Amino acid sequence: MRIQVPELSLVVLIGPSGSGKSSFARRHFRSTEVLSSDYCRGLVSDDENDQSATPDAFEVLHFLASKRLSRGRLTVVDATNVQPESRKPLVQLARAHHCLPIAIVLDLPESICQQRNQNRADRNFGPHVVRQQRSQMRRSLRELRREGFRDVFVLSSEDLVDGATVERVPLWCNKKSEHGPFDFIGDVHGCCDELESLLLQLGYTIQPTPGSGGSVLLAPTVFAHPAGRKAVFVGDLVDRGPRVVDTLRLVATMVAHGSALCLPGNHDMKLLRKLSGSDVKIAHGLAETLSEIDALDGGIKDAFCRELCQFLDAMVSHYVLDDGRIVVAHAGLKEEFHGRGSAAVRAFALFGETTGETDEFGLPVRCNWAADYRGNAHVVYGHTPVPDAEWLNRTINIDTGCVFGGRLTALRFPEREIVSVPAKQTYCEPSRPFLRVHSPGLTAQHQLDDVLDLDDVSGKRIISTHLSRNITIREENGIAALEVMSRFAVNPKWLVYLPPTMSPCETSNEPGLLEHPAEGFAYFREEGVKQVVCQKKHMGSRGVIVVCRDPESASKRFGVTSGVLGMIYTRTGRRFFQDWQLETELLKQIRDTLTEVGFWEEFNTDWVCLDCEIMPWSAKAQELLRTQYAAVGAVGEWSLHRAIDSIDQAIERLGGRDGAAVLASMRDRFAYRAKTVRDYVDAYRHYCWRIDTIANYKIAPFHVLATEGCVYTDRDHRWHMETIARVCQHHTQLLVATPYRLVDTDDATSVAQGIQWWETLTAAGGEGMVIKPMEWIVRNKNGIVQPAVKCRGKEYLRIIYGPDYDAPENLSRLRNRGLGRKRSLAIREFALGLEGLERFVRAEPLRKVHECVFGVLALESEPVDPRL
Amino acid sequence: MSSSKCFVTSTFDRPLELDSNRLEYRLKVMLLTIDVTSENAPQLSFLLHKHPDRVQSFELSFGTAHVFYPVVEPQRCVACLLLDVDPVGMVRGKSRDSSFLLGQYVNDRPFTASSFMSVAISQVFGSALAGKCRDYPEMVEESFQLTATLDTLAVRGDISMVPRIFEPLGYSVTAEGRLLDSEFPEWGQSPYYRIVLRGKTTIAELLSHLYVLIPVFDNVKHYFVGPDEIEKLLAKGAGWLENHPEKIEITRRYLRHRSVLVRDALARLSDEEVRSDLDTDSDTLETESLETVSDTESNTISRTAIHNETPSHGDFSAKIECEEGEVAEIATVRSLNQQRYDAVIDAVRQSGAESVLDLGCGEGKLLKQLLEEKQLNRIVGMDVSIRSLEIASRRLRLERLTERQRSRIELLHGSLIYRDKRLNGFDAATVVEVIEHLDQDRLGALERVVFEFARPKNIIVTTPNQEYNSVWESLPSGQFRHADHRFEWTRSQFRDWAESVSDRYGYKVRLETVGPIDAERGSPTQMGVFEIA
Repeated sequence: MRIQVPELSLVVLIGPSGSGKSSFARRHFRSTEVLSSDYCRGLVSDDENDQSATPDAFEVLHFLASKRLSRGRLTVVDATNVQPESRKPLVQLARAHHCLPIAIVLDLPESICQQRNQNRADRNFGPHVVRQQRSQMRRSLRELRREGFRDVFVLSSEDLVDGATVERVPLWCNKKSEHGPFDFIGDVHGCCDELESLLLQLGYTIQPTPGSGGSVLLAPTVFAHPAGRKAVFVGDLVDRGPRVVDTLRLVATMVAHGSALCLPGNHDMKLLRKLSGSDVKIAHGLAETLSEIDALDGGIKDAFCRELCQFLDAMVSHYVLDDGRIVVAHAGLKEEFHGRGSAAVRAFALFGETTGETDEFGLPVRCNWAADYRGNAHVVYGHTPVPDAEWLNRTINIDTGCVFGGRLTALRFPEREIVSVPAKQTYCEPSRPFLRVHSPGLTAQHQLDDVLDLDDVSGKRIISTHLSRNITIREENGIAALEVMSRFAVNPKWLVYLPPTMSPCETSNEPGLLEHPAEGFAYFREEGVKQVVCQKKHMGSRGVIVVCRDPESASKRFGVTSGVLGMIYTRTGRRFFQDWQLETELLKQIRDTLTEVGFWEEFNTDWVCLDCEIMPWSAKAQELLRTQYAAVGAVGEWSLHRAIDSIDQAIERLGGRDGAAVLASMRDRFAYRAKTVRDYVDAYRHYCWRIDTIANYKIAPFHVLATEGCVYTDRDHRWHMETIARVCQHHTQLLVATPYRLVDTDDATSVAQGIQWWETLTAAGGEGMVIKPMEWIVRNKNGIVQPAVKCRGKEYLRIIYGPDYDAPENLSRLRNRGLGRKRSLAIREFALGLEGLERFVRAEPLRKVHECVFGVLALESEPVDPRL
Repeated sequence: MSSSKCFVTSTFDRPLELDSNRLEYRLKVMLLTIDVTSENAPQLSFLLHKHPDRVQSFELSFGTAHVFYPVVEPQRCVACLLLDVDPVGMVRGKSRDSSFLLGQYVNDRPFTASSFMSVAISQVFGSALAGKCRDYPEMVEESFQLTATLDTLAVRGDISMVPRIFEPLGYSVTAEGRLLDSEFPEWGQSPYYRIVLRGKTTIAELLSHLYVLIPVFDNVKHYFVGPDEIEKLLAKGAGWLENHPEKIEITRRYLRHRSVLVRDALARLSDEEVRSDLDTDSDTLETESLETVSDTESNTISRTAIHNETPSHGDFSAKIECEEGEVAEIATVRSLNQQRYDAVIDAVRQSGAESVLDLGCGEGKLLKQLLEEKQLNRIVGMDVSIRSLEIASRRLRLERLTERQRSRIELLHGSLIYRDKRLNGFDAATVVEVIEHLDQDRLGALERVVFEFARPKNIIVTTPNQEYNSVWESLPSGQFRHADHRFEWTRSQFRDWAESVSDRYGYKVRLETVGPIDAERGSPTQMGVFEIA
C-alpha cells in the first residue's frame, strides 16, 4: 500500500500493544520524528512500562509534538491511540498548528499481537489487555474521519504492513520550486481592459495556444512573457467590474498554460458557492458577474460554469514561492499560517483577520496583522483597496482599487518595482472612500516605525549578517544598550549606522614605543593584503552625519517630519551637538556644499551618510578634559614641583652626606616625571581649541557610507578619499580632506615611506594614523580581516596610558597587552554596523535596522581594555 | 599660581555629566610636610621615628613612601612624607579584577591621594600616630607650634568645608587652588588645593586628624569600606571627633555614606539619639553588594552614559545634587517628595484602580508606598536602569516577602520609548518625575507607548513646574533641578501638552498642584490625572 502523507502532518499510529507500531515507525520515519509514549514514560519515570506515569508521559508527548509542529516538522505519535479520548487531543493539536492529522491503523490479528508481547520480557500484562485494546480500535475505525483525520490508512495484515511504503507529498500551497521572476497582480474585479494593458506594459505578449482542448472556458490565445516571467493573481477576479467573464477566461488560460498562478479571492469563492448551488446573498457586485454569465450563449453556458467551477475549486488558499521567500494570499497571511493548511488558514487567506466589529461604513474592522508581521518571507496580498501599494514589514498590499476608479497594480519581483494602470473609469463606488490620504508625507512603514517594539531588541539575540557569521548579542549587554538607547540616543529613525571600535596594531618592541606602523603593515601583509591606505588620524570625536537634500527628503526617506535636514550623532548614538542651532547650521553648510558639487545628482540620491571625525576634541570631550585630563596635568605639575622643591631643600641641607645621593636620584626621577607631565599637557592641548563660533569647527569625513540604493563598501578607500576630497575643497573652512598615503606592504621602500610619514605626523603632535586594506572587506580563512588598525603616536599615548607610560619600567609592563578581544569586537561591530546600513538601504523596516544598531551599542558594553 | 589667604570658592558648576566619584585619576605624588617651630624642633625626628639625616623609603601596597627632612635647625624642623604611587603596577596587579583595570582609562575608579596618604601615615608613622616614643616618651604629650602642608588635597564639595572641619580643631587654615589649565582658564578651577594648617598641637593629634580627615575631603576611598572602618574611625577620632561640630558630616563621608555604618558609628560616638534624618534616603546604599556593583561595573561605553544620574523621584535642587551625587536631606525638599507620593497615591486610590504600573519606578520609593494600598492587587514597577531596579528590589525586600505579597508586586526592566506588551491591561499608571528625563523630541514615543498602546484607564503624570524654581535660592536661575532634566515646563506648557495628549489619545485630564503654593509661581510640582474619556 502506498501511504501518502503531507510533508507537514501529524501522523497518528493506531494499534494495540504488539501490533508493530514502533517497528513500522522506525522503518518509515526518522527517529527524531517519532514520539513514543513508551519512551516518554521512561523519560518521566525511568520505566517505560510504568502505567502510573502515563498521564505525565502524555503531557510530555503532547508538549514535544506541539513544539515540533509549530516549527513545521512532521511528527509521528507512536502510542496505542485506540480510544477516541486519546486521539482527540492529537487531532486538536494538529488543528491548533494548522496541519493535517493522518491515521495509520495497524489492524493485525490478535494472535500476532499476543505472540509478540509474550516474546518481550517487559510486557507482562495479561492477554485481556491486548484483546480489549483491539476491540476498542476496531470500534474506532469507522469514526476516524469523523474525528477529524484527513486520511486513514488501515493495514490489516502482516503482508500489507511489510509491503507498505510511505511517501511524503508536498502541500498544495508549496510552490517553493517556482522561482519566478514574478509579476503579482492586484484585485482585477472584472477590469479586463486595464488588465490587458497592464500585461502588455509588463511585457507579456499574446500568443496562440496549441488548442483549447474543447474547453469553453479557455481562450484560443494566451498572455505569456517571452522571458518566462510568471503572473500571480492575488484573487478577486470577479464581481463589480465590466468584463468579468473575459477576465476569468484570460486568467484561466494563463494558468492552464503555465504563465500564471492564481489565488482565490473571497468574491471568487462566493461565486463558486453560488454556482455550486449554495444559497448566497447576491451583493457586492455578484449580480454583475451572474448577469454576464447568464448572457453567455446558452449552448456553452453550462459547460462554462462547470469548467469555471473546476478552475475555482482547484485554487489553493495561498502559495509559498521561491524557496519560501515569498508568500502570496488574497488577504495576506500571518507568519504562523505560512505553508499550513486548515480552515482557519483558508479563512485568513480569503478574508483576513477582523475584530468582529464594523466601522462607520459598515465594513469589518480589520486587525493590522501586517503591522505585527515579523517573518522573513515577503507577503504579497490584496483584498482591501489602498491608495498606494507600499511595503510594511515585508508585506505589501497591491490592491489599488481599480474597479473603484483607482489603479490596477502589479508588483515586479524580485525587482520590487510597482507598475500601475489607471482605471478607465470608476466602475463601482466604494462603500468606504479609500483614496483619502492617511497621514501627510509618511509611509505606513514610517508611521509604524515611530515606535519600536521592545520584543525586537530585548533578550538574547542572534543577528545574521551578510558579512560575517551570526552575531550573538547577550542579554546583559542588551540591557545596558536599552538604557543608553532610551535615555540618550537620538530618534532611532536617524540611527542607521554605528561605527565599530578599532583595534590598535600589535604592540611594538621599538625602544620607547608602544605602537609603531611596522606592526600594522606586517599584519596586513600576513593577511595577504598587498595594498593598504594610511589615513591621518584626526584627534577629534567620531561623528556620523546623515544629511538630506532638503527637509522633504528627510521626511520621505527617514520618516522624520520635524523639518530638519539630518542628524549628527556620536558613536554611541547620542546627539553630537547639544546646541540645535549649531547643528542645524552645520548640516546646512554640509548640505549646501554637497549641492554645490552636484553630489545629489552624481549619486542619484537625496541623502548621504558620512563617517566623520569632528574637531576639536574639546568640543565634545569638554567635561572629560576638565575632570580627567586637565586635572591630571594640573595636579601632576603642581605636586611634582612641590616635591622637587622639598627634595632640593633636603639635598642642600644634607650636603655630601649619604642621604643626599638617594635624594638626588629621587629628584631625577621626579624631574623626569615632571617633564612627562608637561609633555602630557602639551599632548592634549594639541587637540583643544576654543570654539567661539561655528568657524572653529572642523569636520573630516573619511567614509561615504551610503546613499540611496548603495552602501559603498564595494569602492576602495582611495575612491572614498578622492570623492570626499572633491567635496571638501568647496568648503575648506569647515571640511577637512584627510591626508593619506598608499603603501605596498610587500615593498620595503614603500613601507619605509609609510613609517616615515607616521613619524612626521606624530612628531607634529598628530594622533597617528589608521591603516586600512585598500578594499573595505578582505576575507581570510577565519572570516574577515580587520577593516582598519590604528597606530597611535608616542605623545598621544600619554593621554591614554598616563604621562610617564614610556618610562622603561612602565613600558615593559604595558607591552604585555592582549588584542584578541578588541579585534573580535571590532569585526563583530563592523559586520553588524554595515548590516544595519545595508538593511536601511534596502528599505527594510526600521526594527531590522535598529536591531543592528542596538547590537553594536550592546557589544560596546562588553568589557575590553578601553585604552586599546 | 597665586597663593591667597582667602578661600577659593569653587565656581558653581553645572553638575557633571559624569559621575564625579568615578572621575578621580591617578595622583602619583603626594606630599605631606610637617614644619615644626620649637626650641627643640629636631625632636620631631624622634617623634616620627625617622632619622633626620637619612632618607627612608617604605614599600607599601600601592607604591613607595619616602621620609626626609628638608630643614633641621635648632628652632625649626621640617619633615616630608612623600608618596610615590605606581599607577601601572596598580593597574596590572594580580589582585585587581579586570574591571578595575578598565577603570584606569577614562572613567577611573577612584584611587586618590587621600586614602593612600592615610594608609601611609598609619604605616610609616605608626608609632607617632599611636602617641608612642621610645626615646623621649615625655615628648609625646608636648604640643608644638607647627605647620602641616598637604599639597594637592582633593576637596570634593564646598571648599568652606575645609575651615569648618579644621578650625574647630584649633588650626588656622588656608587653601590655595589652581586652574585646571592656564591656557584654558574657562575650564575653571581644579578640585585640588594646597592646604596649610597652622596650630599648636601634639604630633599624634595632628597625624590622627590628618588620618581621618584626608579621605573625608576627598570623599572617596581606594578600598572597600566595611564595618572595620568604624573601628579605625573611632580609634583615630578618639578625643576629638565626638565633640566636633561636623562629626556627622565627617562620619558620613569617612564611611562613604553607607548609612548602616554611619548610624552605628554615630551611635557609638555619642549617647544621643541619632538624628532621624539619617534614616532616610541614603538607606539605598545599605547593602554591600550594591557598592560592589557600582564600583566594579565595567561598562565602558557608558560610565558616562549609564551612570550618569539615575532618574528617580527624588531629585532636588541642583546645588544639592551636584555635591558628589550624594542624596541630600533637607527637610522641606524631602517633604515635597513625600507630598508628591501622597498626591499620586491619592489619585491612584480615587481612581479605584486595582492594578497599577509605576513607569520609571527608579529605586522603588513609590512602589514601597503603593504596597501599603490594600485595594491594589497588582503593582508593577518598570525602569530602564537595571541598577535602580536592583536597589528597588532590595528596598522592597522582594526576597523576603510572603508568597502572597510577592505575587502582588513585580519589577520589569524596560523602556518607555519601546512598545511593550507587558504594560497592557492595567487600571492605572503613574509616571512620576519621568517625562522631563526624555529629550522633548522623543516624548512622542513615550506618549504612544503609554497612552496609545499600554492604555491604562488612568494615568498620573507629575513633572516640575519651572516657574517655581525661582523660589529656591540655592538654584541658580535658568538651571534645571536635576542634571539629567532635558526640560522643565511652565504651568502653561504642561497644560498644553496634557490637553494635546488627551485629545490625541482619547483621555480627559485634570491638573493638580503638589506642594506649597506660591501666589505667582504656583506649586513646585504639577500633576496631570488622565482618565480614558
